[in-house]
Amino acid sequence: MRIGVPLESLAGETRVAATPRTVEQLVDLGYAVFVQSGAGHLSSFEDSAYVDAGADIVGEDVWNTDVILKINAPSEVEVARLRPGQTLVSLLSPALRPDLVEALAERGVTALAMDAVPRISRAQSLDVLSSMANIGGYRAVIEAAHEFGSVFTGQVTAAGKVPPAKVLVVGAGVAGLSAIGTAGSLGAVVRAFDARSEVAEQVESMGAEFLRIDVEDTGPSADGYAKETGEDFNRKAAQLYAAQAADVDIVITTALIPGRPAPRLLDEDMVASMKPGSVIVDMAAANGGNVAGSVADQKVVTPNGVTILGYTDLPARLPSQASQLFGTNLVNLLKLLTPEKDGHLELDLDDPVQRGMTVVRDGDVMWPPPPVQVSAAPGSSGPDATAVVAATPPSPPKKRDPRLKYLWMAVGALVFALIASASPAVFLGHFTVFALAVIVGFYVISNVSHALHTPLMAETNAISGIIVVGGLLQIDSDDLVVKTLAFLAILVASINIFGGFAVTGRMLEMFRKD
Amino acid sequence: MTSNVVSAAYIVSAVFFVLSLAGLSKHESAKEGNAYGVTGMVIALGATVWLTLSRSEHALATLLLIALAMAIGAAIGLWRARKVEMTQMPELVAMLHSFVGLAAVLVGFNSHLTVGDASDTIHSVEVFLGVFIGAVTLTGSVVAFLKLSARIASTPLMLPARHWLNLAALVVSALLMVWFVQSHSVVPLLLMTVIALAFGWHLVASIGGGDMPVVVSMLNSYSGWAAAAAGFMLGNDLLIVTGALVGASGAILSWIMCRAMNRSFVSVIAGGFGQEVALGDDKDYGEHREITAEGAADLLRDASSVIITPGYGMAVAQAQYPVAELTKRLRDRGVDVRFGIHPVAGRLPGHMNVLLAEAKVPYDIVLEMDEVNDDFPSTDVVLVIGANDTVNPAAAEDPTSPIAGMPVLQVWNARDVVVFKRSMATGYAGVQNPLFFRENSQMLFGDAKQRVDDILTAL
Repeated sequence: MRIGVPLESLAGETRVAATPRTVEQLVDLGYAVFVQSGAGHLSSFEDSAYVDAGADIVGEDVWNTDVILKINAPSEVEVARLRPGQTLVSLLSPALRPDLVEALAERGVTALAMDAVPRISRAQSLDVLSSMANIGGYRAVIEAAHEFGSVFTGQVTAAGKVPPAKVLVVGAGVAGLSAIGTAGSLGAVVRAFDARSEVAEQVESMGAEFLRIDVEDTGPSADGYAKETGEDFNRKAAQLYAAQAADVDIVITTALIPGRPAPRLLDEDMVASMKPGSVIVDMAAANGGNVAGSVADQKVVTPNGVTILGYTDLPARLPSQASQLFGTNLVNLLKLLTPEKDGHLELDLDDPVQRGMTVVRDGDVMWPPPPVQVSAAPGSSGPDATAVVAATPPSPPKKRDPRLKYLWMAVGALVFALIASASPAVFLGHFTVFALAVIVGFYVISNVSHALHTPLMAETNAISGIIVVGGLLQIDSDDLVVKTLAFLAILVASINIFGGFAVTGRMLEMFRKD
Repeated sequence: MTSNVVSAAYIVSAVFFVLSLAGLSKHESAKEGNAYGVTGMVIALGATVWLTLSRSEHALATLLLIALAMAIGAAIGLWRARKVEMTQMPELVAMLHSFVGLAAVLVGFNSHLTVGDASDTIHSVEVFLGVFIGAVTLTGSVVAFLKLSARIASTPLMLPARHWLNLAALVVSALLMVWFVQSHSVVPLLLMTVIALAFGWHLVASIGGGDMPVVVSMLNSYSGWAAAAAGFMLGNDLLIVTGALVGASGAILSWIMCRAMNRSFVSVIAGGFGQEVALGDDKDYGEHREITAEGAADLLRDASSVIITPGYGMAVAQAQYPVAELTKRLRDRGVDVRFGIHPVAGRLPGHMNVLLAEAKVPYDIVLEMDEVNDDFPSTDVVLVIGANDTVNPAAAEDPTSPIAGMPVLQVWNARDVVVFKRSMATGYAGVQNPLFFRENSQMLFGDAKQRVDDILTAL
């Protein structure tokens, strides 16, 4: 089958859906690849490089291929060029653009939305939202640094002390974590906040401070994305933002709820309270913005000198890398769709990943797909699977009636008293020793270093060879059978004693410290 | 006078044994602990031999007999201890447990034969229990030894109604005990011994190989209880104290390990785990990526922090020496190299630590799971050497997985993961590992030792 990679028509788009490297991989999968002339120019991939990688350079004929790989959703003109039987793969935002879904269905095509990949670990390699958010978060910090009138890292120099920049990142998804990492590596003091308290661990693992508010959090959502928050939470969060806004130099907001307008996190007053020269990067500007006064694709300077960046093309500002990542995501998708590697695309709707992405199939609207459960265990998977520290869910402690414990203790004591009343005094003496020794054993061993388990076991093994005492006491018997058995007992127990101590010694000899 | 001195000696050696176990809980005092153990044993044996001889009518003959038995035992024991490969440690320990079990059975029978009809109810019960525990330990350890040394298949034996068989064995043994206490006849004792031997065999045979670390420490515990039971029947406090110490320590070790695997102790012992692993898993995990030794060497060259997570595969391939060499080489380059050890890596608790220590890896860079798990996100390269289930993300992420909830080394959070493996086969739990299909994982197929050597060459 033929794959077509058209020139992106959206204004300001610098990326391309295939790079020379991914073209090679597509060719390996058995496809013939056609790239529209100049498609890679803005990403620094020239036509000749595509030809070297095995693609053909074509003009508008690129739309006559079987599979169209694109970055952005097709424009009206482009939709009109599609013909029945074609497969279109691109970002589609099906939840926000029912008109587009309808138009695609009318054309009789199959459309796969790269922004509708279910968030399960197997599908990570196709997830362009993750890969784009990752470099978007990086670029957001770079843009902020560009506008910011000071350095990020704190220094003590001969010319005086430079304080480190304070950066607040709101929303610790992929983009947020990436921004945290980038800001941290530039030397800033980074704080982060997210409505989902389970991402605190991830934030802290990136070296930032996680800000907490004292309220029940919204918890993880079944599909791995954040969901809308409650009123009490919003009020307390607003207090937190107000306090932080006055303190920090740079704010990066990344809060997005799929299929809904972005939540308003910072209002006019908070922006006004920021220091002159502060920078806000609103990564949600395309969906209405997290910050009052942010305008999509614009740089806005407020009257008190705060710069608000509403760039929506952050990934596109790193075109080569963004194209490479996007292209690799597409290659991974086609690997999934081409199990035989024969250049023949097969859509398997029983696979939840493929089903989730399929918006239109041969003219039938398939959106929305049935929900895919990311995880049933709370907190085991955050939205950012590439940098997730999957918290192992602690098994819920069993709530038991404490009285039951005391009841069992009482029953045990009673039973023991009954047995004891019927047994000789000597036995009780021995039993006292036994009970105390068991307790000593538990306490002595319970904090053993894990590395020493094997030597410890060999040692206890040697010590349990003490049973040789039994044999020793019996060997003097006149009964030949008893004597023989005792002899054997001493023999095997001795193997234990000598072997156990020797092997313990040998092992301990090897442990050393630098 | 003699008996008082002997009692004193017993108390002293009991204290030494406690000190010995306490010493072995920490690296700094471990060698001292072993020395205490030897001292306690010497004192105990000396006192007992003296006591025996002072009562004996043919002191010299008895002494010679004892010396002969101990000399043979010592020769065998020292020979095995010297010869054993560190990778075979689990087998050796399992085998040694069986000797304690055997000795307990022999001592039990002797105790019955010497006291005979004169024995009271308590003594009969003690003898009966001592022989029972000893016999279970004996065959259980033998099976564990055979499984660990791969002389028999390590898959769990699945007899129909096996839980009922176990229960029946216990009930019949209890009935035989009543008969034995009434009659003092040797017949029920012999019958019970046969049943207990079969019971021990079946108990361990129905536990899968992956649970062997727990089984070995459980048998360790049994061997202690067997010694304690012998102490009761002989009225010997030293045996009771020592047996209880060993029994308790083995039990708590098993418990620590079960907790590490997030398993119920009871279900491991009853062989319940193997039951759940019934999957013909056709799930499509996508494709795995391969890497060459040179590629891995390149990754390591550019890394500033490396964590190595070894598993049983490292032991099988005897790769600990090249791994140690690799560690040294990387550390000399200034790379931060550490080891992350899962509590149940290998076939014996602490197995990996022993192997790494043998290869002279300093123990302060060998860390436990909990110590390294938080560090994976900031780690450049993780080398997974012959580990599988202990690094399986399904345990944390897939609630339907048979190993769901088991704490694992979260290697997938690192930047790059290189998995050394012989093939794409599943691990002991029989569960597919989604780690291999992660986009930051790459597979390096082949014998672990060979591959690590290749990396060393490439470096």
